Amino acid sequence: MRFSKRKILDLLSAYWMYAGIALVVILFGFIGVVLFIKASPVFYEQSVSDILFSDDWKPLSGKFGMLAFIISSLYITLIAVAISAPVCLLAAIFLTQYADRRLLTLMQPVIDILAGLPSVIYGVWGIIVIVPFVSDVIAPAFGRETNGYTILSAGLVLAVMIIPFMLNIMIEVLRSVPTDLKEASLSLGATYWQTIKYVVVKKSFPGIASAIGLGVSRAFGETIAVLMVAGNVTRVPENVFQPGYPLPALIANNYGEMMSIPLYDSALMLAALVLFVVVIFFNLIARSSIIRLEKYS
Amino acid sequence: MKRVEEIFFRTLMYGAVLVITGLLFLIIYSIISKGASSLSWEMVSQTPRGGYYFGKEGGILNAIIGSLYLSAGATALAFFISLPVALGMNIYLAKYRRMVNGLRFILDLLWGVPSIVYGAFAFSIMIMVGARASLMAGIITVGVFIVPIMIRAMDEVFKTVPRGLTESALSLGATFTETSFGVLVRQCAPGVVTALLLGFGRGIGDAAAVLFTTGYTDYIPGSLSQPAATLPLAIFFQLGSPIEEVRERAFAAALLLTLIILLISVITRILSNRFNKNRINF
Repeated sequence: MRFSKRKILDLLSAYWMYAGIALVVILFGFIGVVLFIKASPVFYEQSVSDILFSDDWKPLSGKFGMLAFIISSLYITLIAVAISAPVCLLAAIFLTQYADRRLLTLMQPVIDILAGLPSVIYGVWGIIVIVPFVSDVIAPAFGRETNGYTILSAGLVLAVMIIPFMLNIMIEVLRSVPTDLKEASLSLGATYWQTIKYVVVKKSFPGIASAIGLGVSRAFGETIAVLMVAGNVTRVPENVFQPGYPLPALIANNYGEMMSIPLYDSALMLAALVLFVVVIFFNLIARSSIIRLEKYS
Repeated sequence: MKRVEEIFFRTLMYGAVLVITGLLFLIIYSIISKGASSLSWEMVSQTPRGGYYFGKEGGILNAIIGSLYLSAGATALAFFISLPVALGMNIYLAKYRRMVNGLRFILDLLWGVPSIVYGAFAFSIMIMVGARASLMAGIITVGVFIVPIMIRAMDEVFKTVPRGLTESALSLGATFTETSFGVLVRQCAPGVVTALLLGFGRGIGDAAAVLFTTGYTDYIPGSLSQPAATLPLAIFFQLGSPIEEVRERAFAAALLLTLIILLISVITRILSNRFNKNRINF
């Protein structure tokens, strides 16, 4: 068999592609494995439950209880999603069911720019607007005093950051509800609002839930913006007006200096591993339910 | 009664859309109002003097050049890896539906991994091989970080090309490679450029992945092995300074970064509307 120049070129580009695919797939496993290996020394020192459920964080004496960071992360994520999810759902219903098609095309750039703004810009905005807002308006309204660098501020900034991600998916999901279904409901005498409530939203519920799941994972891993407004105090927060210290901020703040203290880097790697696992877990559930939804419709 | 409920929720919906749009304008307005007074020719044409944290003189040229080097390098690297994979998924491997869908799934998962995890991962690899924070390490880290984004963006565009078009090219005797680059890439040129810009925007705006890998410096990097300053880190580090002039630099950098992102988004819009010259319509 003779190889022409074209055939050889074709073969070479096929190898190029396979190399690219191999890189992507291997990378995925490699991140998990490297994080696990680097985190493992800390397991020999302390039990996993001690690390995850104790608030005793004294790296200098070898105590790595991460409860304060985990609780902070959970609080912030919860606030962000609790604020953002209803707003996104309402906006998505409006844009797909009520509004003119032109409004949706007008909103698309708004969503895209919100998604494209770097997280450090959200952080700056948080410091300029949200932090003073929390310290001057919200906290006094609840009879508290704070400098504004709190769990609540971080949650508010994150709520805005995850809007474009959730909104985009919710719009896709609500759009994919078949018109026949809506017409069937309307012809039975239901009002338009009842149709939306009992047919459209009900039918796309798994999709909406996945959108929220993706929002959770996005919020959980967000670093710089949260780091800039959360206050970063190592203590289990008791209410939202106290400063928090979420996991990504812990990694970002300490990674440079950790080399001198034994096990410190392995504890930080464990934090990264926790982030990785939680994010992959939420993504896995959300994505597979979206795929299932696409198959049925 | 039913009517009241509907009206109530419709008002809420109006409100939600207004709030989202309003937030975008509020963010851009507050960045502009803070940064506009400090953004001057001096600011963008000088490197900081006397240390970026304490020196009152100078500007952010080091971060501008560093960021451009870094994201251009990372985009080029990511493009080199992404293009064949995205093409292969839609031509070469198109008949293996399960495998391609599995690959899409993995890519979506990788897209969701936060950039701080990439940064920590890359830094621990750097420690293993004894590398220092440098422009090169940053380019590789950010490049790897934007590969899944670029592949999926291109894949979404290639997916829209009808099978008949690629199959007719193949049936005329074109090889997979010729079909890929001669038909698919030409047909989707605007989409490919959009994916490039998307990757570039992600690269230039990301702070967590470059925090440990690229380092920070007052100087313009002269080679790939030197550390480099980046705009997001220029904002992040200088905003915490007690000195007013240094904070001004941070606000100027924030405005500049926002303008770059807005510019990218405008170019993307124009491209997707107008660049369809070679496109065959069905």
